[in-house]
Amino acid sequence: MIKLENLTKTYPDGTEAVKDVSLEVEDGMFCVLLGPSGCGKTTTMKMINRLIPITSGKIYIDGVDVTTVNLNELRRGIGYAIQEIGLFPHMTVAQNISVVPWLRRWPKSKQRERAEELLQLVGLNPSEFMNKYPRELSGGQRQRVGVARALGADPPILLMDEPFGAIDPITRDRLQNEFLRIQEKIKKTIIFVTHDIYEAIKMADKIALMKDGELIQYDSPKDLLYRPADEFVADFVGADRALKGLQLIRVKAVMGPVSSTVRREDPASLAGEKMKEEELDQLPVIDGEGIFAGWINKGDLPGDRAVGEFMTPADTTVEINTVLNEALSLMLDKGLVRLPVVDMNNRLEGMLNFEDIRKGLSEASGQSG
Amino acid sequence: MRRSIVVIVLSVMLIGLTAWITSQEKVGILDLFTWGDIAKESRNHIKMVALSMLIATAIGVPLGVIITRRVFKRTAPFVIGVVGIGQSVPSLAVIAIMAPVLGLAFQSAIVALVIYALLPIVRNSYAGVNNISPAVIEAARGMGMSNWQIARKIELPLARPVVMTGVRISTIITVGTAELAVLVGGTGLGVITFTGVVAQEPLLILQGAAPTALMAILLGYMLEILELKITPSGVGAEVRGYG
Repeated sequence: MIKLENLTKTYPDGTEAVKDVSLEVEDGMFCVLLGPSGCGKTTTMKMINRLIPITSGKIYIDGVDVTTVNLNELRRGIGYAIQEIGLFPHMTVAQNISVVPWLRRWPKSKQRERAEELLQLVGLNPSEFMNKYPRELSGGQRQRVGVARALGADPPILLMDEPFGAIDPITRDRLQNEFLRIQEKIKKTIIFVTHDIYEAIKMADKIALMKDGELIQYDSPKDLLYRPADEFVADFVGADRALKGLQLIRVKAVMGPVSSTVRREDPASLAGEKMKEEELDQLPVIDGEGIFAGWINKGDLPGDRAVGEFMTPADTTVEINTVLNEALSLMLDKGLVRLPVVDMNNRLEGMLNFEDIRKGLSEASGQSG
Repeated sequence: MRRSIVVIVLSVMLIGLTAWITSQEKVGILDLFTWGDIAKESRNHIKMVALSMLIATAIGVPLGVIITRRVFKRTAPFVIGVVGIGQSVPSLAVIAIMAPVLGLAFQSAIVALVIYALLPIVRNSYAGVNNISPAVIEAARGMGMSNWQIARKIELPLARPVVMTGVRISTIITVGTAELAVLVGGTGLGVITFTGVVAQEPLLILQGAAPTALMAILLGYMLEILELKITPSGVGAEVRGYG
């Protein structure tokens, strides 16, 4: 657990960057420090690994005052990722990832194993990327390596300063989703700085909203959206909070069940019968392992031929952990009334329609109907 | 590749020119210098360049690096400014000023050459360390590298090629400037060139100037290859190429 107690930073010229901030971040929690630029969020974060000295107040990690620990040892136990990434240009991807393991004198073979494992985790093929240099990578790939490097020696805590800030929106969305998936696996205690409220709502378990060095509200994204503490929070959250609320909800929470399906090798007439029975115009088609294959539409479906011959192959699907605004945008974009929901292996898990989305939203905001 | 062809062509031309002049043996009533004289003065010349470069590098690199450290950072413009004076004064004047102070001899030439050679070395050492992206240093600190580890594993390898560029540029300049050593009682290829100047004999001037140019080109090329060798893989032209 990370505990900040009356944390204050005053610079020699008298500016108070952080004023009396107290907050607790439980183990495994994703905590976002959010606020406009100059609000003290980065300063707060950098005091945790003592890149910025504390003026007054205390920071405890698992009950230990950070100022009593050897500085470099402290930092080696805390993963650190920044917007500019700061990969070492003269080191390969593998060497970059292995910096902290190297500092900790892990054996070479273990360093290598760990680098491979981490590259896999962040979605880069180890055999392809281990020996590349940073300048041979795209922006998104560099940031993945940056995240892998922060995870180098498997620290329990991660500090991330706008790590996805300088990346194009599409890649950013993808990296955010991937990072959430990674976090589900690794369960780190994360302090994540951003000024982007969408990112905060999407990623956080708890958001600490700061303004002029003060902590204004420390709450779950839902409470921040629907129970703002004051005018400033309400303004910061914005008038379109219903739309932002879509970020809070994942597809799996609101999707409907799969009505009925047909298999690719079933006789086409079976599909016709099922559609008549359920009063539907189309049915999802799956193959042997339950993987979503496509749609079959109502029409002339002779019994002596297989469903597969008439089916429209799968194009648009949504992953089960996607947030609702992305799913909704996809549906509007592609003009779909029903969106097939699949798991990581493309297995069909459910169906999402507009009514599901509306219901999810009203539940989140606490209004019924 | 193209670069080495240029170097070879130029070298062949300069050697050819020297050989042609030397084969004339006499111009008007004057004797030209012999191959033996050229070899002897070339050795003197290169000794002078090597010694002054050794001293200039030994002073310039640490000086340039020290002024990037936090404690001395404020002194950087001042130090670079002072070192720059050495170069903004014409080299002939530097040498001339040194002569009455240190006497008409080898050492006053060396001191003058060192002063003259310092600026590119100091400037590039400073820039080489200073231009490393602050994000790289911050990441290193944030991961728990000590100052010493950062210096050795991050700053040194990244700055090395830029420092080396400074040394190379400085060497090339010094080869030329060392011609003037003869004016304060020194030796080197300037002996030949200035005999030509005094005698107002262009052929004689060229007999000293051509080997000097050849020396500058060859030394520059060798140092350039060395520079490429010590540039860490993964670091491209964006780090090299400060002049």
